Amino acid sequence: MPRQGQRLRRRKFLELSAAAASAAGLSSCGRSGGGPYWRYFSAAEAAAVTAICARIIPADDYPSAAEAGVPRFLDRQLVRHYRKYQELYRQGLRAVDEASRARHQRSFVDLGEEEQDEILREIEEKQAEFFAMIRNHIMQGYYGDPRHGGNREAVSWKMLGLPTPPVRGRLPYDRRSA
Amino acid sequence: MALKHVNAVVIGSGAGGGVVAKELATAGFSVVLLERGRWHTPAECRKDDLRNQRTSVLGNGFGPEDDRNPRVVVDSQGRERVVLASEGGYQNNAACVGGGTFCYGAMAWRFAEKDFRMRSTYGAIEGSTLEDWPITYQDLEPYYEKAEWEMGVSGDDSGNPFKAPRKKPLPMPPMPPNREFEILYPAAKRLGLHPFHIPMLRNTVPYNGRGPCMRCRWCVGFACEVDSRNGTHNTVIPKALATGNCELRTRAMVREILVDERGRARGVVYYDENDRRQEQTADLVVVSCSAIESARLLLNSKSKLFPNGLGNRYDWVGRNLQGHTYTGAVGLFDFDTYDDLGPGAQIAICDYNHGNPGLAGGAMLANEFIRLPYQFIQQVPPFVPSWGLAHKQWVRRAYRRTIAVQGPTQEIPVFDARVQVDPKVKDYWGIPVARLSGGRHEHTIEIGRFMAAKAEEWLKEAGAIRTWRRNPARGLSAGQHQAGTCRMGNDPKTSVVDRFCRVHDVDNVYVIDGSVHVTNGGFNPVLTILAIAYYASDHLVREWKGRKGRV
Repeated sequence: MPRQGQRLRRRKFLELSAAAASAAGLSSCGRSGGGPYWRYFSAAEAAAVTAICARIIPADDYPSAAEAGVPRFLDRQLVRHYRKYQELYRQGLRAVDEASRARHQRSFVDLGEEEQDEILREIEEKQAEFFAMIRNHIMQGYYGDPRHGGNREAVSWKMLGLPTPPVRGRLPYDRRSA
Repeated sequence: MALKHVNAVVIGSGAGGGVVAKELATAGFSVVLLERGRWHTPAECRKDDLRNQRTSVLGNGFGPEDDRNPRVVVDSQGRERVVLASEGGYQNNAACVGGGTFCYGAMAWRFAEKDFRMRSTYGAIEGSTLEDWPITYQDLEPYYEKAEWEMGVSGDDSGNPFKAPRKKPLPMPPMPPNREFEILYPAAKRLGLHPFHIPMLRNTVPYNGRGPCMRCRWCVGFACEVDSRNGTHNTVIPKALATGNCELRTRAMVREILVDERGRARGVVYYDENDRRQEQTADLVVVSCSAIESARLLLNSKSKLFPNGLGNRYDWVGRNLQGHTYTGAVGLFDFDTYDDLGPGAQIAICDYNHGNPGLAGGAMLANEFIRLPYQFIQQVPPFVPSWGLAHKQWVRRAYRRTIAVQGPTQEIPVFDARVQVDPKVKDYWGIPVARLSGGRHEHTIEIGRFMAAKAEEWLKEAGAIRTWRRNPARGLSAGQHQAGTCRMGNDPKTSVVDRFCRVHDVDNVYVIDGSVHVTNGGFNPVLTILAIAYYASDHLVREWKGRKGRV
């Protein structure tokens, strides 16, 4: 009876997202760039991911990956094409948190930049699969097309001196169908 | 309701099938052209750098779809895993009308004369099935010319003394040089090399009723937004349809070739766009699904007379799977090399295709296509940290100041690099999937290393302040240049099809695509696939026209 199962799941999903949206005081879910609503991450995970983004691609005179919307990109892809990586993310983020607490008795988010880098180097070694994955995904979000939620206002393309593509009036269409 | 019987059913609308459909339809055959993908248009060029045919991290731009088309890949330790169509290791080629020609880079190379005589030129190589083709360059020359003029090729190879003789020049002039061309050309000259303009299936002037390339950044892997890149989807397939003799059915997934009790094909079974099982009978069956899927289809076409699959009496179907071993080098310069002009790849040398001491072959070397930022991230050198501020600042410094030179090393065929059908895993339609296993020959790796060193020399001469090599991978090689799985030959015991692409065992089944390549040249293979399709079609028409009063 897969049909019915699907219907139930869908209803459950609608209820849950309605609850989440009203709790957050939003009338619609997801579209707003910086709102508190996350599709996949818990609030704590989102904070950790944001902190990781800020270390993988830190700010200089151009924004960091955290500032360029990459956490939003990751969250969005984790309920889409990267659904298959959900569990790996959950485990990896748990490992980041545990490593931080073991070494500094604080969560990753509360560490200084150098302490965070140290933890990330440890994760790079001990959780190599997770680290390589999130590193690649952050690069995709930061250097990839803004339509996917990262690279906000095409900051990385501007940084590289690439004119963003004003191609034949089709950008609005592309944004909508992202 | 039974479908109307036709003269020919052609499976696959890429470089091979598109040409065959047009040639047969023009000669008056009734043709059904089956394509498992969709018909995309230039307006579907989404310019999405994370979801296209070259960078598929968020999915393939033009098929196949992840949820319907798994494969099984076996690694060198014998571990197997199920791989989705957009994942690494799948050896993907586009599944859409036009196939790979819809979204390729469009380099239009003729193979060298020696590429057809590798065994005679270099002798037997241990651990390899290296062999001569049963046909020569001269057999294909008129058909190379036909492909160049009918599909449309631009470029200028007059500066290439190593090219095989041609009767007619290319129909269109080359693209005006980009900055990388200007930098690399004099450097090659100083080294005594012979640089020239890459031939490409791309309009540089209006041709065939379509305009020239607008030189945008989204080329290989993307649909051409201005429809100036030439594939079968915008050349021969529209011509085939215009004859009124050819019907194109998209989203048609062929399950097997049906064989009668006398061992002749009587048609195919496929699933249509609504997943309904259909039976299309035909006098002739042409298999043009590219090397992996063509082999899979033959292997899945089992019958009483062919219990191991069609054409597979001697266990050669699916063997000798090969692609190209891409190697080269990247150079960092202390001035800007990037000018934001597509397609980017413009200059090549053929000095190292043959005649390299101690090596059986080589490759053409060319500058790489224009790089989008995320693609550039993949080529950050090993001496730069892979994350953090140092990484970001290196990307900022180097993005506009690097040139990559690389080439497709001709592979030494390996019998155990192969396509089988998996005993357990099935696709969305319940058809056993392709199972890929094997690796590259050690000598291929050796040649690839040599080519990387030559690319590095060229970049250094051009003024690169730092260079690093891209050394060869070892795993299975196929990808968009996949070839070899239904080898052409005179001896039925050591090949699958004859010199006219007809399956040895079966009078009315042809394989016409890269599968028939005995060796794959040190060049992008598409023009050779097109030429073989014209050549085999010519034979098909002569052989079958008027036969039994049907055609």
